[in-house]
Amino acid sequence: MPYEKFTILESSGVPLEIENVDTDQIIPARFLKATERKDFDKNLFRDWRYNQQNKLVKDFVLNDRKYSGKILVAGKNFGSGSSREHAVWAIYDYGFRCVISSFFADIFKNNCLNIGVLPVQISAQFLQLIFDSIKNKPKIKLKVNLVEQEVSIFGIPQKEKFEINPYKKGNMINGYDDIDYLLSMKSEIKNFANKRPF
Amino acid sequence: MIKKTLFDKIWDSHVVKKIENGPDVLFIDRHLIHEVTSPVAFLGLKNRRLNVMYPNLTFATADHNTPTINQHLPIKDPLSAKQLRTLKYNTNKHDIVFWGLGHKNNGIVHVIGPESGITLPGTTIVCGDSHTSTHGAFGAVAFGIGTSEVEMVLSTQCIMQPKPKSMRININGKLRDSVTPKDVALFIISKLSTSGATGYFVEYSGNIFSEMSMEGRMTVCNLSIEMGARGGLISPDNKTIEYVKNREYTPKGENLSKAIEYWSKLYTDEGAVFDKEYNFNSSEIEPMVTFGTNPGMGIRISGKIPEIDFKKDSSSSYLKSLRYMGYKIGDKMIGKKVDYVFLGSCTNGRIEDFRTFSKITKGFKKADNVTAWLVPGSHRVLNKIRSEGILEDLEASGFKVREPGCSACLAMNEDKIPAGKYVVSTSNRNFEGRQGPGARTILASPAVAAAAAITGEITDPRNL
Repeated sequence: MPYEKFTILESSGVPLEIENVDTDQIIPARFLKATERKDFDKNLFRDWRYNQQNKLVKDFVLNDRKYSGKILVAGKNFGSGSSREHAVWAIYDYGFRCVISSFFADIFKNNCLNIGVLPVQISAQFLQLIFDSIKNKPKIKLKVNLVEQEVSIFGIPQKEKFEINPYKKGNMINGYDDIDYLLSMKSEIKNFANKRPF
Repeated sequence: MIKKTLFDKIWDSHVVKKIENGPDVLFIDRHLIHEVTSPVAFLGLKNRRLNVMYPNLTFATADHNTPTINQHLPIKDPLSAKQLRTLKYNTNKHDIVFWGLGHKNNGIVHVIGPESGITLPGTTIVCGDSHTSTHGAFGAVAFGIGTSEVEMVLSTQCIMQPKPKSMRININGKLRDSVTPKDVALFIISKLSTSGATGYFVEYSGNIFSEMSMEGRMTVCNLSIEMGARGGLISPDNKTIEYVKNREYTPKGENLSKAIEYWSKLYTDEGAVFDKEYNFNSSEIEPMVTFGTNPGMGIRISGKIPEIDFKKDSSSSYLKSLRYMGYKIGDKMIGKKVDYVFLGSCTNGRIEDFRTFSKITKGFKKADNVTAWLVPGSHRVLNKIRSEGILEDLEASGFKVREPGCSACLAMNEDKIPAGKYVVSTSNRNFEGRQGPGARTILASPAVAAAAAITGEITDPRNL
């Protein structure tokens, strides 16, 4: 599915200072029944956003009006557990284009890159600095520069570089996905398949 | 000659193309699909006007979102019914084998793959489900993928993946009494944490694993993802070949002989180097239970809930987890109240798990305060439960056996543990709300689950 190209993002961030956030928290399994990609954003962090009586949990960061923006800032090991891409759809469709954390689960990171959410992995120290900066000044702007592979906080001198696979970087900047690439090499794939024993 | 690991041998032989500074284009031998993570991929094909490139390499089952009682009746929930209809429509349209509810080959995707001979040594296997790592038990490179990648495999039989790093976990020696493959896996995860193997593919090595049954190996490889690994695998041996032979989709005759010749070369060369290696002592492993809200929060059943280990967790995340469970640091796990017991899932829903469970419960009665859901992983497992007389034994102890499916492991269907209740579960994840909103999960082996089902509290199966 086509997604918005990504080069430089300047936005405030939403601080989710919790570790090991698994994809069952991002979107619980009972909301995976759809047969098309629609409305997953409504159930993003469903059981943290709403209590068991379906009332808004006011102090949860997504419900706290102090915080807003296109960047989700999260504790280490974000996105562990289930491979459900629905988790990333929920994040993207809610309006986030980037998740910053000090560590990502593997399949989640892949899914992000496939649908146009940029996973930015930074040091634990810099992550803490971002959390503290947002706590002091909730609307403080962050700048995620994919071209330079650099994250910075407005008004604060520290910056940090982040890593991304050059091929995936190119895809994000141009809004391409892997299927376009794979389709272009179908005859090579066919030749390979013919040689497989079973 | 270059010394290669088992993983290198399989991965390298499936690389169609290496992209400079990019991922590998990896050919996929077997693709498994189910109703939850496939519909949007088929929609993608439709939007791009694409066909399935090799329909004979994809196999479909209904498991995640299916009832486990009265499967012959129409499904009540309209959304679930639509999801199943959609899978039937898509597989029919694209000429893909589909084993729907009631079919003899139906069951949990990671149980039926091996049972049907779809899972073979030396192959690459993917599925839109993180527990695809299960198939690594056969010496396959098997891992979970997202829906975009499901679409890639349908349309081109390939995905693009950077090659993971390699890790080996060695355990030798003798396992203590009542220690099962599940305990071995929970022990490893408790040592490595839920992110300790992220970015790696793990080979399990040592006599502990070679002496395990294929079912046991599947349990261990299944849980590889719970320490962050993309997958885990074990070198195929005679046990593997014996299991694979004579199954519906296994090569036959001369093709089988050729396959066996190839499979016998699938081992890590002596002197091959891993990016990371761990050694554990088998005598350290005891029956395990979890006390928190991720699978890394496990301890021996006789233990107490530990202080915060700041190398692993921050205090806020650790305490949040204990608050959710209603537990305190220093609490003993033995004697904790249990409301539900769940035997099943792709982790522990195989015949061996039902044998272990019923051997312990035989001659006892289910505790009155416990609701037990016993859900076989497939119809074949259910048939064996019947033919081996396990069903009679279980019923004599007050248990019922349901119909196959993923059930309360992810609680997508109506099998939800109520809020606040404690469940001893043989599944794979104790995340908040995983088994139902507000449900509190204690992960354990079928033996520990059986003991809890009889006594109504966490009980060491050795003390029954």
